[in-house]
Amino acid sequence: MTEIRTVATTGNLVVAEAMRQCRPDVVAAYPITPQTTIVEEFAKYVAQGRVHTEYVTVESEHSAMSACVGASAAGARVMTATASQGLALMWEELHIASGMRLPIVMANANRALSAPINIHCDHGDAMGARDTGWVMLFAETAQEAYDNTIIALKVAEDPEVLLPAMSCLDGFITTHSIDRIELLDDDTVTGFVGTYQPQNALLDIDNAVSHGCFAGLGGPYFEFKKAQRMAIDRSKAVVERVGNEFTKVSGRDFGLVETDMMDDADVAIVVIGSTAGNVRHVAKEMRAGGVKAGIVKVRCFRPFPHAELAAALKGCRAVAVLDRAESFGAEGGPLYLETRSALYDLESRIPVVNYIYGLGGSDVRLELIHRVYADLSDIASGSAAPSGLVYLGAR
Amino acid sequence: MKWDISDIDSWKTDDFPLGAVIPEAGNSHYYRTGGWRSERPVRNVETCTDCLICWIDCPDTAIHVADEKIAADWLDLDHCKGCGICANECPVEAITMVPEGCELPEVR
Repeated sequence: MTEIRTVATTGNLVVAEAMRQCRPDVVAAYPITPQTTIVEEFAKYVAQGRVHTEYVTVESEHSAMSACVGASAAGARVMTATASQGLALMWEELHIASGMRLPIVMANANRALSAPINIHCDHGDAMGARDTGWVMLFAETAQEAYDNTIIALKVAEDPEVLLPAMSCLDGFITTHSIDRIELLDDDTVTGFVGTYQPQNALLDIDNAVSHGCFAGLGGPYFEFKKAQRMAIDRSKAVVERVGNEFTKVSGRDFGLVETDMMDDADVAIVVIGSTAGNVRHVAKEMRAGGVKAGIVKVRCFRPFPHAELAAALKGCRAVAVLDRAESFGAEGGPLYLETRSALYDLESRIPVVNYIYGLGGSDVRLELIHRVYADLSDIASGSAAPSGLVYLGAR
Repeated sequence: MKWDISDIDSWKTDDFPLGAVIPEAGNSHYYRTGGWRSERPVRNVETCTDCLICWIDCPDTAIHVADEKIAADWLDLDHCKGCGICANECPVEAITMVPEGCELPEVR
């Protein structure tokens, strides 16, 4: 019987709690703001004997992910956490983890990248890793960060997937704010994620294997990349299935994209992460003012749910995409590029405007979201769309 | 080799092992690196004291030992890359590195 305990705490502490309940064999991590309290709390659990994990303190994130890769190749269930510069320093190992098909799960506390130095939220860190072959889930709230971390592990370790997965939560906004969160009991989470059955474990000496092999000079590198592509494509159905299973044990919904007020929406905002809360609030105000406003939140960014997003937006007359990350030199931010691509297959041609917002923790005030919906209303009633992307609220 | 790859050129994506794993261990023996060599170690059996430091330090385990002495067929030329560590580490300078091919008629 599932027992649910309601607590008031931060996103980071419930990610640490989810990690403890998933019982990883190895956690190798390096502290970095705003992720630090995840690994700090987890280290405390290890010290208290509340989880039997080999906790490896390392000298950098490059080493953290390297140790995770080694441990996972050995056959361990492996989890870690990072943020920003730490994620950037892991870049080469991110590719190695996915290429070696190691189901490592990592929480990422979204934080801006230097320069100039900044410790506050944006999605530039995770979006920089969007092509590294990891499954990527994004949380709006601390509750979703907890849920996504558990879901990510079960997806990653699924025999149909066997890819690393990232559970992203917004730095400070979600990591450090105290929120109301419903925690599952240990047995429920442990039972839900099940026992990891590693393939090709280095420690399985009866079935000795070699990891980290060379596949160049006419070797099958190309085919291994194709196999990775096939696996992340398969992972979409697995994310959906595991999300549904999670709903059954927790009573909480999970969708690749989550829609609100979209049934009859004329105008919609597509958004990732904590800003979805502001957008939902403003959408309700717009509704009260007679504007049929809706919101589409993307919870799973990799694999990207193109068909689901197009289905959610197909009845709209104008769409805004909010990107909390740059893709310098591209037509717009990462979410905009994906959204425009998703809408290409629709019969109707929906105007789409890209707003870059909130970089480096720049405040996302409600009036900024109002302005986006006002722009969309103008476009829906025949005005021209803003040309090019809009830096929302920048001076 | 236990893993049969004789047909590998006709394999499809699904035929390859997960994550580029080789489903057996100790297989670097099958990968011959001797062709990388531009210099070859030559051992002076008069000077050599059989201290085995070269055997310990060789990164390719290309030096053979028999009865706790350097073996008569001491060098695995299929795997010696000619790195020169053995010559560098030999305490009695019994090993010298000789350019490969210099004894061939076309070089001489």
